[in-house]
Amino acid sequence: MQFVKPDVNINFIGKRKIAYIVSAVMITISIGSLILHGGPRLGIDFQGGTLIQVKFLTPVKIDAIKTGLQDIDLAKSSVQEFGDMEANEYLIRTDSSVMTSEGFTTDVQKALAFSTGGEVEIRRVEMVGPQVGQDLREKALFAMFYALLFITIYISGRFEFKWMVSGIMAAALIGAVYVLTLLNVSIPWLIVGALIVTLVLFWFLELKYAMGAIVALVHDVTITVGIFSIFDKEFTLAIIAALLTIIGYSLNDTIIVFDRIRENLRKYHKKPLEVILNRSVNETLSRTLLTSLTTLFVVVTLFVLGGGIIHDFAFALIIGVVVGTYSSIFVASPILLAWQGRQKKK
Amino acid sequence: MKNFSWKLVLVFVVIVAAIIYILPSLKPAFWPHKQINLGLDLQGGMHLVLEVDTEKALESTVERISQEIREQLKKERIRNVAIDRVEGIKISARIKKEGSIEKFRALLDDEFRDLRELSDRKVDGVQTIMMDIPDSDRDQIEKLAVDQALETIRNRIDQFGVSEPDIRRQGENRILIQLPGIKDTQRAKDLIGKTALLEFKLVDDTQSLDSALNGNLPPGREILYQIDEDPQTQRTSKTPFLLKKRTLLTGAYLTDARVQIDSQFNEPYVSINFDKKGARIFERITGDNVQKRLAIVLDNSVYSAPVIQEKIAGGQARITGRFTTEEARDLAIVLRAGALPAPVNILEERTVGPSLGADSIRKGLISMCIGGLLVIIFMVIYYKTAGLIADVALLLNILLIGAGLAGFQATLTLPGIAGIILTIGMAVDANVIIFERIREEMALGRTPRAAIDAGYKRATLTILDANVTTLIAALVLFQFGTGPVKGFAVTLSLGVIASLFTSLVLSRMIFDYILMNRKVKTLSI
Repeated sequence: MQFVKPDVNINFIGKRKIAYIVSAVMITISIGSLILHGGPRLGIDFQGGTLIQVKFLTPVKIDAIKTGLQDIDLAKSSVQEFGDMEANEYLIRTDSSVMTSEGFTTDVQKALAFSTGGEVEIRRVEMVGPQVGQDLREKALFAMFYALLFITIYISGRFEFKWMVSGIMAAALIGAVYVLTLLNVSIPWLIVGALIVTLVLFWFLELKYAMGAIVALVHDVTITVGIFSIFDKEFTLAIIAALLTIIGYSLNDTIIVFDRIRENLRKYHKKPLEVILNRSVNETLSRTLLTSLTTLFVVVTLFVLGGGIIHDFAFALIIGVVVGTYSSIFVASPILLAWQGRQKKK
Repeated sequence: MKNFSWKLVLVFVVIVAAIIYILPSLKPAFWPHKQINLGLDLQGGMHLVLEVDTEKALESTVERISQEIREQLKKERIRNVAIDRVEGIKISARIKKEGSIEKFRALLDDEFRDLRELSDRKVDGVQTIMMDIPDSDRDQIEKLAVDQALETIRNRIDQFGVSEPDIRRQGENRILIQLPGIKDTQRAKDLIGKTALLEFKLVDDTQSLDSALNGNLPPGREILYQIDEDPQTQRTSKTPFLLKKRTLLTGAYLTDARVQIDSQFNEPYVSINFDKKGARIFERITGDNVQKRLAIVLDNSVYSAPVIQEKIAGGQARITGRFTTEEARDLAIVLRAGALPAPVNILEERTVGPSLGADSIRKGLISMCIGGLLVIIFMVIYYKTAGLIADVALLLNILLIGAGLAGFQATLTLPGIAGIILTIGMAVDANVIIFERIREEMALGRTPRAAIDAGYKRATLTILDANVTTLIAALVLFQFGTGPVKGFAVTLSLGVIASLFTSLVLSRMIFDYILMNRKVKTLSI
């Protein structure tokens, strides 16, 4: 059985203008949504606060829950449904870290049992104080930063075989970051700054493959975060894990295509770049689609069956896999073409 | 052929090792007795991060030193020197008489050489010397406070009876506590967080309680409350007591605390025993203050204030109050384990009820089975026999991940299960790369054996590349992640390594075996 015939030859590179427009639109929407919502919606992991997951044995009205919460001074909390409809589970979220007081969970249970007239079970309670919230924020951002750093080094070395250059790259990057920290820049800007430095260095050092890979990566992460923001989903530690996984996965894809491009460059060095790029993408198309398919099998299963907590995590992964596949085919390779334009000008 | 046999041995050894490591999780009696650890989100339990208030520890040390200075001044009969603790951790000595300055300084040099002098000024005829503790000593005190807190909390939890608690230091002044399977979380939190400072102070019946309540607090006195909760109405009432500030005796002198039942009222109380020194002090206090009331203060709340009927020798006393047996038992635990050197604040708490934990496991396993099944069936349909080989590799993958988890005693969390499921989808990738290559080579007209050789050769580097990037992401996550996320990083890493092994070594071996002694013309791929 074969989805993709061996002699397939779709002109991906030729259609790159359309792809650029689609990507640009998606990225604009993503950034727009982020700005509109004032940044990503942070979960209690990063913002501090208290989260209570309650389960009722019989269906209840949200108003009844809110009344109960009001009785114990938690009027400023948000209540939303969680998980399957029949589960009767709700998530109560409040910004203050109130759990330190004695008997909190019993108070909540009593108040809710009283106001809803049903049996209440407290399934899960999470409280994150502001200090720990900030710590976790920093950790998450550092994780993204270090992942970026190591991947940059690895790609530069592996693809360009210019390990020396990649070493210089890493040193320059660390240096730039150091300067930025001295200027007391907050961590998100630090990452943006590091990215810009990386791309500029790639441009000047002519590390074309690395640049293509990183651009595809940034593209994928931005769109994933944007779609998350559009659906107003919360960012928790698990979502950061999903983002890092998407980074690894998207890079996977891109490397496969680039490997083939290099192989074909050697084999057909007389042919124009466009043709070689096209052929490489077409040759790896089967594998790219198949891997995405099998990964989607499992991730969609997780999305449907995994339960409330895994649900958002799986959602992020689904977006990441789809966008990652798209970018490997339509974004990473055309960038190499842009290089050729630059080289011709020399 | 030689190549084949050493590969066979390697694979065989790995499989057997994996099975050995997995068995204990299924049947605990088996060697090597290492089961897969379940995270708190899968087995239910409580995760707490406490911060030791080292500032308060410093304050109480400075307070204690001030007290010692006052006692020494009294002993040496140096008068007109007022010692106070100011600004948290500084000591101010105000000397009104010129003559006392010399004697005071001599005392400082003799007994309190470690104090650091900050300033020495004369204002309106009063010499004021400000002192504090030098930085190195300060660090020491703070570190000691955290160590002590850690020990005390460990003692308390030991007595509470939780199986496999995990208590450790985190950073400079934080303590991480994990209590798996705990059901009564509120009680555990109260037990852990209670400072449990037991103090014995005299009640001052000679002065007016009312005037003190109105703001006229005489020097050296304080007002503390006794808090009572009426069991029926659940209303709390606070009864004020005017006490002499000076602590006569603390819980540090206790050797034992036990729950007893009062035969007369059938109510539980806590019987405490002092050590020799404590017993002597207690004897002296009770002897000097017969018919006065002695307040038993716990964490600045008055527990009870019985009248001292007579001098009590032997160092035994009772703490009564309207306890339930459970409250009495918990009080005995904290008294036995000792007081915390400083209060602790809860910075982070995550509690998962056992029912949620069981649900999560169930959902995770169902997802794994169905997701896995989908992939397996698809592979067979798409790649036929080769697909079957890939499926065998996949199953071995899962076995290896499980064995790795057990062997390294890593923790399996809910995201960790998601990681395993993700690996199922991604591990197939390696096989897909190889099989696509083989198909390509066969389309070019090569024989099955040559196609397989070429396919593996070309694909190996690509597979390594691709998996390394996932591994980098997983390792970064492992370094920076906490709790459940760390579990995800672990299973992802194990999955990547396992899939490298199964796709490059195992499936190659199976192919070789199939082709070994036959002349195969076509390949079922």
